[in-house]
Amino acid sequence: MARCLFEKIWQAHEVADLGDGVSLILVDRVLLHERTGPIALENLKTAGRPVANPGHVFCILDHIVDTLPGRGDATRVPGGTKFITALREAAGQAGLTLFDIGDPRQGITHVVSTEQGIALPGLTIVCPDSHTCTQGALGALAWGIGSSEAEHALATGTLRVDKPKTMRVTFGGALQSGVTAKDMILALIAKFSAAGARGHALEFAGEAVMGLDMEARMTLCNMAVEFGAFTGLIAPDQKTLDYVKGRPYAPGEGDYDRAVRAWGQLASDPGAKFDLEISLDATSFAPMVTWGTSPQQAMPVDGRVPDPGAENNEDQKSSMIRAQDYMALGPGTALTDLSIDGAFIGSCTNSRISDLRRAARILQGRKVAAGVRAICVPGSTRVKSQAEAEGLDRIFLDAGFEWRESGCSMCFFAGGESFGYRDRVVTSTNRNFESRQGPETRSHLASPETVAASAIEGRIADVRKYLSGAK
Amino acid sequence: MKRFEDITAVAAPLMRNNIDTDAIIPSREISGISKAGLGEALFAGWRYGEPGSRKPRADFILNRAEYADAQVLLAGENFGCGSSREHAVWALQEWGFRAVIAPSFGAIFYANCIQNGLLPVVLDRVAVAHLAELSAQNPDKNLLALSLSKQTVMAGGEEFGFSLSATHKKMLLTGQDQIALTLELRAQILEFQKKDRRNRPWAYLQA
Ligand code: SF4
Repeated sequence: MARCLFEKIWQAHEVADLGDGVSLILVDRVLLHERTGPIALENLKTAGRPVANPGHVFCILDHIVDTLPGRGDATRVPGGTKFITALREAAGQAGLTLFDIGDPRQGITHVVSTEQGIALPGLTIVCPDSHTCTQGALGALAWGIGSSEAEHALATGTLRVDKPKTMRVTFGGALQSGVTAKDMILALIAKFSAAGARGHALEFAGEAVMGLDMEARMTLCNMAVEFGAFTGLIAPDQKTLDYVKGRPYAPGEGDYDRAVRAWGQLASDPGAKFDLEISLDATSFAPMVTWGTSPQQAMPVDGRVPDPGAENNEDQKSSMIRAQDYMALGPGTALTDLSIDGAFIGSCTNSRISDLRRAARILQGRKVAAGVRAICVPGSTRVKSQAEAEGLDRIFLDAGFEWRESGCSMCFFAGGESFGYRDRVVTSTNRNFESRQGPETRSHLASPETVAASAIEGRIADVRKYLSGAK
Repeated sequence: MKRFEDITAVAAPLMRNNIDTDAIIPSREISGISKAGLGEALFAGWRYGEPGSRKPRADFILNRAEYADAQVLLAGENFGCGSSREHAVWALQEWGFRAVIAPSFGAIFYANCIQNGLLPVVLDRVAVAHLAELSAQNPDKNLLALSLSKQTVMAGGEEFGFSLSATHKKMLLTGQDQIALTLELRAQILEFQKKDRRNRPWAYLQA
């Protein structure tokens, strides 16, 4: 029978069918960060349960660590140092691999995992973090869990999982200049809502998807969870193989050819059935920016904020009114009329080297507008080093951006460093929820190049005008 | 984990869509490595005045005396979307909630509810809106009766059935330790790994 990619990975990991749609699934990799990891490890210790497969567990410091130059364990997050030291100690006691502060492998979990070859095609990967789906870009089955489930995965090397339904989104056509994976996913969520993929393992396919480079595919899969999906994944192809080859935890000489043969099977068979299928033409997409407090409240950058009065669904209408009130904008406001206080390039969505290169291309020879606080936080220490080797740090700094150490940083507000009260921020992150980036901060999600262009203009900007004529 | 026992209680309506886990428990309020102490910070951003303050806002529903003893939360679509933080469930429980009724839930939040014995009830939009209306009219009189064994919600003389997987129901009714259950399958897991290792040696890393 024709099977889809998800089905193949699921079946290859199914230790037991527990009935009622639940299976015991073998977990290949567990990732832990200092925000949610320590409590799982601590509970495990209290229960006297050892970690089943210590070699499969990676502990990474990203959420709470400071990103200011010269950082140590001190952090501006209240009580944060405890989380850092707790993860370090627990990892040491359990014999787990740790990417600590100062380690060249440190960075945002979902950036580091692919970069180090921890995530590989066909693996099952879990992490008590919702953006674990990012790693599905390699053709892995990677999904976010809670701390209790993390405990289960650590103790048993497996998880009891309710089998999700399957869904495929096919993006046909080719993207226009200035339009990116970020814009694809925002367009998708805007059209089908933040719960559009609820309960589904979502495969991205089609010309526009396979045309993306690996890092852009990660951006696409990163926001599958904002679409409500169990996870997102993309079938591996030659680009995937090229990407994986030679990474520290990727199969070495002895296993490589065999692995590649196995990975060659990881594609949905022709005629495979999905519970839900959507097709979209990516040719017509424009750079997208969110105007509200849910990723579904997104629109093309040259648009005007919609009128809740024209909305028939009462729930939607009240959400829109509430969001417009919070965001301090109203029906008919042109997005490009909104002046900004902050610009942020970073996060597991858009902080990889290609993201920084594209943003730098816009910033080169230009200056951030007066009054705008602009920050760039590379996704990993390795991305940071590479950017510095290419001179990108100079471009960011000369333009007026801050240039940081790697971490989650101001992607989320944990009581430490943040944008100011009610600041309007254009950001390359994935969540525009209320107070996500600071106290009542108004976040507008966009691609890194849109953030760069907006930083220069001091208002939300259409990046396409910086590209026309430019090569 | 806690067992769920049937309740008859006040229901508090918070009828917004897409209430995310950042709103349920803001990250800045999680300052200890513990499940305890989170109830006070539940919905902190909406519940209190200035950011960081503890001055209750009169206009927030949970600050009203009629809802002080609420054990059921009524909410809009996609409740608990966003971050995976299980603290959202712990905070709701510590405040006193035993169940949340919504038309749909964020997937990770839903799983976290089951893990902790907080009952997530899915009812259609119209039914939830109706229950919210009843509660808004008279919270004390229109108590909501929730039975897990019968899978029913009753309020104002009306009854609504809800569905739930048999597995989740059993977990909630018995409160059994899932890890212990799975560890009983250890031999089977090891056997599976032994075979799998031959097929996918690259998937196996040494510590
Ligand atoms: S960068 Fe932001 S979204 Fe990504 S893992 Fe860190 S906090 Fe979460």
